[in-house]
Amino acid sequence: MFLYDFTELTSSIHEGLVSSLGEGLLTTTIEFVIAGIAYLLFFAIFGLFAVYLERKVCAVIQNRPGPNRVGPYGIIQTIADFIKLLMKELIPIKNSDKVLFNLAPFIVITATFLSIGAIPFDKGLQMMDFDIGILYVTAVSSLGVLGILLAGWSSNNKYSLIGAMRSGAQIVSYELSAGLSLMTIIVLAGTMQFSEVVAGQADLWFIFKGHIPAIIAFVIFMIAGTAETNRGPFDLAEAESELTAGFHTEYSGIKFALFYLSEYMNMFVIAAIGTTVFLGGWQPFQIPGLDGFNTVMAYIPPVLWFFLKVFVLIIVMMWFKWTFPRLRIDQLLRLEWKYLLPINLVNLILMATCVLLGWHL
Amino acid sequence: MTNTIANIDKEEDYFLNLGPQHPSTHGVLRLLVNLRGEVVKDLKPYCGYIHRGIEKMCERNTYPQIIHLTDRLDYLSAHQNNEAVCLLVEKALGVEVSDRVKYIRTIMSELSRIASHLLWWSAFGMDLGALTTFFYGLRDREHILDIFEETTGGRLLQSYNCPGGVMYDIHPNFQKRVKECLVHLKKKLPEYDKLLTGNVIFKNRAIGVGLLSKEDAISFGVTGPSGRGSGFSCDIRKLEPYSAYDKVQFDEIIRTECDSMARYKNRIDEFYQSMSIIEQLIDNIPDGDYQTKMKPIIKLPEGQYYQRVESSRGEFGVFVESRGEKNPYRIKFRSPNLANLSALDHMVRGQKIADLIAIMGSLDLVIPDIDR
Repeated sequence: MFLYDFTELTSSIHEGLVSSLGEGLLTTTIEFVIAGIAYLLFFAIFGLFAVYLERKVCAVIQNRPGPNRVGPYGIIQTIADFIKLLMKELIPIKNSDKVLFNLAPFIVITATFLSIGAIPFDKGLQMMDFDIGILYVTAVSSLGVLGILLAGWSSNNKYSLIGAMRSGAQIVSYELSAGLSLMTIIVLAGTMQFSEVVAGQADLWFIFKGHIPAIIAFVIFMIAGTAETNRGPFDLAEAESELTAGFHTEYSGIKFALFYLSEYMNMFVIAAIGTTVFLGGWQPFQIPGLDGFNTVMAYIPPVLWFFLKVFVLIIVMMWFKWTFPRLRIDQLLRLEWKYLLPINLVNLILMATCVLLGWHL
Repeated sequence: MTNTIANIDKEEDYFLNLGPQHPSTHGVLRLLVNLRGEVVKDLKPYCGYIHRGIEKMCERNTYPQIIHLTDRLDYLSAHQNNEAVCLLVEKALGVEVSDRVKYIRTIMSELSRIASHLLWWSAFGMDLGALTTFFYGLRDREHILDIFEETTGGRLLQSYNCPGGVMYDIHPNFQKRVKECLVHLKKKLPEYDKLLTGNVIFKNRAIGVGLLSKEDAISFGVTGPSGRGSGFSCDIRKLEPYSAYDKVQFDEIIRTECDSMARYKNRIDEFYQSMSIIEQLIDNIPDGDYQTKMKPIIKLPEGQYYQRVESSRGEFGVFVESRGEKNPYRIKFRSPNLANLSALDHMVRGQKIADLIAIMGSLDLVIPDIDR
């Protein structure tokens, strides 16, 4: 049914390597290096494109043309900006903790990389298919906050410190909501493995299968996901108008660029998890019963489906940022602990009841 | 400004220098904030980073020259500041200006007020983290600035008033464009409510935040929309009508909630009041001289003079002591922003840093007017 099956490609590479080098450490290393380079390229290209997309989306929202000078429709603008950031001097900060200061951006980037590794882009196009994929992604994506805390603490700047502390409180709180809303779907899917979660949505996406509880879980996941990426209206860690730039106030050049790119890649991670768990991952849109429609939909390549859904979610998150004012830290925590968490717990019970009684579609 | 920072706990508290370079002080204002965690315990404003000695410069200049310096005080109320000086000179000399001048001045003042409130709305949204407001506000402000440019030649600092009238007659297109602009604004202002006023996050950030009681507003001298948000009736246009304000019907917007939301809504309502004032005047501009013939060298008779006007941010006053020379012996500007800033410390104690920014935004401070 599917036009492109990446399992063939990956297994042929694997077999080719095994036949020439034999099963062993060397083969595994080479495979990891190939996958790493592929992910690195994807990271850079997608990050730059996401920055361009955000500039265009916010320009549309704000009644202005956006970047339109460098290259056709300004598409080279972000590349030019990135080159500028690469060549900029790294300003040394007095009395900063040098080791931690330099380490922080890499922790943030590593956490993002680790999460991308588990996401299935297409059938077989996935670096690692863990049994506990969803749990793994939830765990590693929260490592990023360590980098933010270190960045804030080691910069020797009060703005940075306040931003980092806010970010710590925020991410620790919203991890709960994000995790619980994913748990709701795990109850429905009966598995934590990403490939099986996607396979379970071949006929209908989970957001429709689980009807009301799944929709509630999806909305909560989008709110918590936006909060986890430290983007508006939850951008308290940066809070441009209050803390100038928050935790990355003192960063410059390529280290700043790493923070900046990781923000967009975190958006991608959240959108990709949302897509995979709620919106069927790379599965096409199917309506049970309409065979003609389903066949036409199935002819669109799964990779396109995946990125289409990811971009829809990313644009929704951008829409949040450019429309809403920022919350205050106590309001942010109140929203989580007093509203989202209880709703989530009730929703989880509701979903469990639905599954037990067979009410889901 | 002589409040002392008290009750410092050296273990728990820390100081944060907010400014002089900071995105949301909207200028070079330095606030020394004493914080415990996120909570503001105390705040001390340090002024003077943009002190240009305007009052001292005025002493060496003639009255027509002073007008151009008053532009540079509160650059968003440039027209109203000019008007205050011109009214003072006319009052001192006993010159009666024609109705045409009064009408033009009033229309221009109200256009300035709309333009100033539009910029305030844009910047207030930015302070709260709603980044799109800035572009909405500036988009509409541009129409008013174009009108200014056509008639006065200046967009921000018009220097349109002169003792005895206005510099030039209005442009032939003036009335048509003002009416077009009002139609445009009436269409666009509901968008502002949709984008910001009704937003639940905005309501949480503004309602009940930055309380300033009526007594405190009076004792700190907080005027303008901020003072009227605390129930302090201080609209000079009503209390001491000047120019054509006695010929028009308008309401003094007063709210008694005393919070940021009251100050916000006051300014939103003032858009509509200003538009109504302009609508009443724009079709009835009488014929007459746009300038009364004055002596080439204006000398004020010996004595003390005070003239106040309602600028976009509150009561703007000019005090002149004249010794009969062509320049004032002493001049003092009563700037609304300095008085409004003085209440900030009182309002933010016990609030969070985010609220400090929101409250400062709701007061609508223009820093060059504080330092002068």
